[in-house]
Amino acid sequence: MIDIRGVRKHFGNIEILKGIDLDVNKGELLCLLGASGSGKSTLLQCINGLEPIQGGSIKVDGIEVHAASTDLNMLRQRLGIVFQQFNAFPHLKAWENVALAPRLVQGKSRREAHEIALHHLAHVGLAEKADLLPSRLSGGQQQRLAIARALAMKPTYMLFDEVTSALDPELVGEVLDTMRLLRQEGMTMVVVTHDITFARNSSDRVAFLHQGTVAEIGTVSQVLGQPRSEHTQKFLRREHC
Amino acid sequence: MFGYTFYWSLVWDAIPELLAGAWLTVQLAALSMLLGTVFGLPLAVARRQGEGRAYRLATAWVELARNTPTLFQIYMMYFGLGALGIQISSYWAVLIALTFNNTGYLAEIFRGGLAGIARQQLAAARSLGLNQRQGYLHVVFPQLLRIVFPGYVTQAVWAMLNTSLGMLVGLQELSGAAQSAQSVSFRSFEFFLITALIYYVIAKLIEFGARAVFWRWLRT
Ligand SMILES: Nc1ncnc2c1ncn2[C@@H]1O[C@H](COP(=O)(O)OP(=O)(O)OP(=O)(O)O)[C@@H](O)[C@H]1O
Ligand SMILES: [Mg+2]
Repeated sequence: MIDIRGVRKHFGNIEILKGIDLDVNKGELLCLLGASGSGKSTLLQCINGLEPIQGGSIKVDGIEVHAASTDLNMLRQRLGIVFQQFNAFPHLKAWENVALAPRLVQGKSRREAHEIALHHLAHVGLAEKADLLPSRLSGGQQQRLAIARALAMKPTYMLFDEVTSALDPELVGEVLDTMRLLRQEGMTMVVVTHDITFARNSSDRVAFLHQGTVAEIGTVSQVLGQPRSEHTQKFLRREHC
Repeated sequence: MFGYTFYWSLVWDAIPELLAGAWLTVQLAALSMLLGTVFGLPLAVARRQGEGRAYRLATAWVELARNTPTLFQIYMMYFGLGALGIQISSYWAVLIALTFNNTGYLAEIFRGGLAGIARQQLAAARSLGLNQRQGYLHVVFPQLLRIVFPGYVTQAVWAMLNTSLGMLVGLQELSGAAQSAQSVSFRSFEFFLITALIYYVIAKLIEFGARAVFWRWLRT
């Protein structure tokens, strides 16, 4: 499980995360909602150590992410992350994108890595695209490629940061379908999204971030059905009209 | 028309020497570009950090390489080191000086290109478990070379032409070889024409070769 306690993070003088407490349980899908600038992306990047924190602690399966003794390159293999911006490696074919980390980080041979890549590309429905460069893929396909690339490291957790918000509306569905598939397979997922419908239909729990704190966390029916925090209420009203 | 009669046969006889010189020229250009790339890439990364020791060292290197004459850099290697009791051959003096020079220019070319590569690319690489070095080597630099390719090729041609300064420390590269040959025959004009033509051909070969390499391997 991921255990987040009192996490503080600032950029310069501005405090972005002001004491975040949050658990992510094995096998659940936790949706993170919150207004723009509330710190959702920052929190995800703190979870896998891409951004340092200035206070509190984050433990992944009991390992302190921000301890000096932690091998972040090892730990990151447990934590797949997919970003909002498409960030396939443009100089590598789809299969090479997926095979890169298994080769470099896990020392797999070129052939093994190729097989792993094809397996995960098929998993996200990109089997026929293996030999194409990312520039030949649609936005939705690029995001699925990013998911396959993360899955190739056999992560225990997958973090998604608004992976559909840069997509044309007609391409959103295929990516959400892929995420639902992972969910059915029992992957533990943290999903940052503005998509209330997805949160309502697909998550186990929902957390609402407001200005660097967790304003509310609970089951879907609690947080989206009877929100207690006024910030959540306001947010939901706005997103609905 | 100007009362000058061309004697090409003397040039013709000297062709083997000229070609040997041309080969040395190509070799020096290639080596100094290769080494300049190897040093220039980390220098560019250091320059982007904007502070710290690596940044200051990189900045000093770039400033010195770009704001002093290449000839002076060669003299420093040849006569300067000589004055300190370190004797190196003109070949090594030219190679080291040109590498120093190329590194400075290439580092700036690379630095410009790095700005064009999304920070997210390195973050994505790191998130997969690649370390910093692997991220740069396998994700950032390959993209960088594609972005800066035109400037890179210009620098390669420039480096090749710059090797002609080697003549001034007695190196028998193309210019040096031409100089020796013409001093025996006194047919300067013919030799200079032919030598310029060979430089031109080499420059064009670099340009077309680069285009072919880009087309074959670097398209995205
Ligand atoms: N590298 C950085 N340097 C300085 N400030 C930053 C940096 N990254 C984020 N911030 C600031 O931190 C705050 C939170 O940003 P963050 O991206 O985490 O918000 P978010 O909840 O993901 O918003 P959005 O829904 O727009 O993606 C913002 O005010 C942002 O300007
Ligand atoms: Mg964000």
